[in-house]
Amino acid sequence: MPRHPCRGFNFVKMKISMQTTSDPWLHRFTVLTAIITFLLLGIGGLVTSHEAGMSVPDWPTSYGYNMFALPVKFWRGGAFFEHSHRLLASGAGLMTTILAVWLWLKDSRKWMKWLGIIAFLLVVAQGVLGGLRVTLKMDNLGVIHGVVAQSFFILVCAIALFTSRFWGNWSAGEKTFCVTRGLWTLALATTVLIFCQLVLGATMRGQHAGLAISDFPLAYGKIWPDTGADAVARYNADRVEVISANPISAFQIELQMIHRCMALAIGILVAFCTWLSWKRLGGKSPLAKLAAFWLGLIVCQIALGAWTIWSNKAADVATLHVLVGALSLVTGALWCIIAFGRREGATEIAPAKTISGAFGTSPAMAANK
Amino acid sequence: MKSVLSILAIGIFGAWQAASAADITGVITLKGAPAAETDLGSYIMGNPDCAAMYQGQKMPTTHFYVVGPNGEFADVVVSLKGVTGKSTGASSPPVMLDQKNCIYTPGILAIQTGQKLIVKNSDDCVHNVHSAPTVAGNAEHNDVQMSGGADLTYTFPKAEMFVKFECNVHPWMKAWVSVLDSPYFAVSDKDGKFVIKNVPPGKYTVEANHRKLGAQTQDVEVADKDVTVNFTFTVK
Repeated sequence: MPRHPCRGFNFVKMKISMQTTSDPWLHRFTVLTAIITFLLLGIGGLVTSHEAGMSVPDWPTSYGYNMFALPVKFWRGGAFFEHSHRLLASGAGLMTTILAVWLWLKDSRKWMKWLGIIAFLLVVAQGVLGGLRVTLKMDNLGVIHGVVAQSFFILVCAIALFTSRFWGNWSAGEKTFCVTRGLWTLALATTVLIFCQLVLGATMRGQHAGLAISDFPLAYGKIWPDTGADAVARYNADRVEVISANPISAFQIELQMIHRCMALAIGILVAFCTWLSWKRLGGKSPLAKLAAFWLGLIVCQIALGAWTIWSNKAADVATLHVLVGALSLVTGALWCIIAFGRREGATEIAPAKTISGAFGTSPAMAANK
Repeated sequence: MKSVLSILAIGIFGAWQAASAADITGVITLKGAPAAETDLGSYIMGNPDCAAMYQGQKMPTTHFYVVGPNGEFADVVVSLKGVTGKSTGASSPPVMLDQKNCIYTPGILAIQTGQKLIVKNSDDCVHNVHSAPTVAGNAEHNDVQMSGGADLTYTFPKAEMFVKFECNVHPWMKAWVSVLDSPYFAVSDKDGKFVIKNVPPGKYTVEANHRKLGAQTQDVEVADKDVTVNFTFTVK
């Protein structure tokens, strides 16, 4: 019996991926939930971009009305974004509840049942977080609300993947190639870095201070801006902010500089992951194609970051930046999940003579050539 | 009889103090060209309620720098630095902040600790009144105020410069309320002039504070005559 090329820790051995006949309606429903979640992220982004989060001061009521019975005449300005966000969030919550029940009743995989429960608990927690952010008037909760939203989006997309026919075929199919442990670790580290970048972005947006640095690629005309007290006072004096009126601080300037540096690092890392995927797995591999899509997203995301600054943080551009960021994170996460079952066992890497460094050719791939 | 005498003594002391107090007056000037104000038209036209209030009218702009033709600098809060615990806010008449034509009027104002700030909605639309102080002890508030709704009343127990008031339904609406722990302050008018009335004799540090340009100070000595102290801010 030939040696399994992906010997080691994989989904088959965990007995968690043996669903070969997926329920197409469950999958479609999950995809719809993911799309609604994505739209919800967008409206949530617009709420923050328009500084509208506090426009409806009460929760779970809206202006004292039942949330679902708020007269249309109040759906104006910031309240339009905030109220739409609440309604869509209610829809996403309902869909997630249905999804959790559906998975519990119909999916044979025990771990999928629990993923549904986790999604349900997360969406409830997210709703409560959003409500408390308004009633407790805590900006920090808004940041956590944004981060949990991204995590929830990953979870729903992962469930959509696990309920797909692709996943059934992929996990049960023949393992004709392997992802080296180094490549997988690199992709995972890059995904974690993107998550950290999104936390940083959410923190920046949660300051409600607009753009901490108004030019790009330079920063106040320099490669690294002056953050002395006099310089910051001068920046604040020159700002003509209309919506986000809080004065900026040296900390916020440094935060944006770290965000820029991390964007550069992420760009390089994703490009490296893509190059390695294509080189090792071949252009026809779904993982190579996904990596190329990932790189495309990152390029768009960096361009959107620049556009956000050049547009003086126009609400629609800044929100698009949030959305593409979410897609970049999910793409990285899905890549890692899909590749997980094709990971090469660590025990196989050590004795291989063809390995050239951490990202070198594995024996299995050498055999594929 | 004793109480009558006490009241008389307090009255005489108060009258003597008032007679010996003087005003601190001055003019604030701005040198240099500040950044151009932003036209709020695009923001206002995006909201049907507010757009209807400006039919055929000129759109307002931001008011970061309210400057006269000769540099007369308005909206500078002038106060006596370090004078605390003298607030008469609790017994002072309330100060009004109006929401009219989807703009806060005035945009810059000052009150005493404990003094009532009444926020009014003169518009035919809903506003939320969101105050965001940062000093511990001053509570953040966020209240909905319907068209024709009752006035909202706020007080702040702690001194704090430029507490932000905003409407998140119409996020361009901002007002900045400075809270001072004494009655000795003024906000410069459109001619850049200010008057701090009835300052008791003594040595003081006068602080002029602009939201965008920060603070400047000058030392003065007040005796029985009015004192003049001028400030010049410069845009770098």
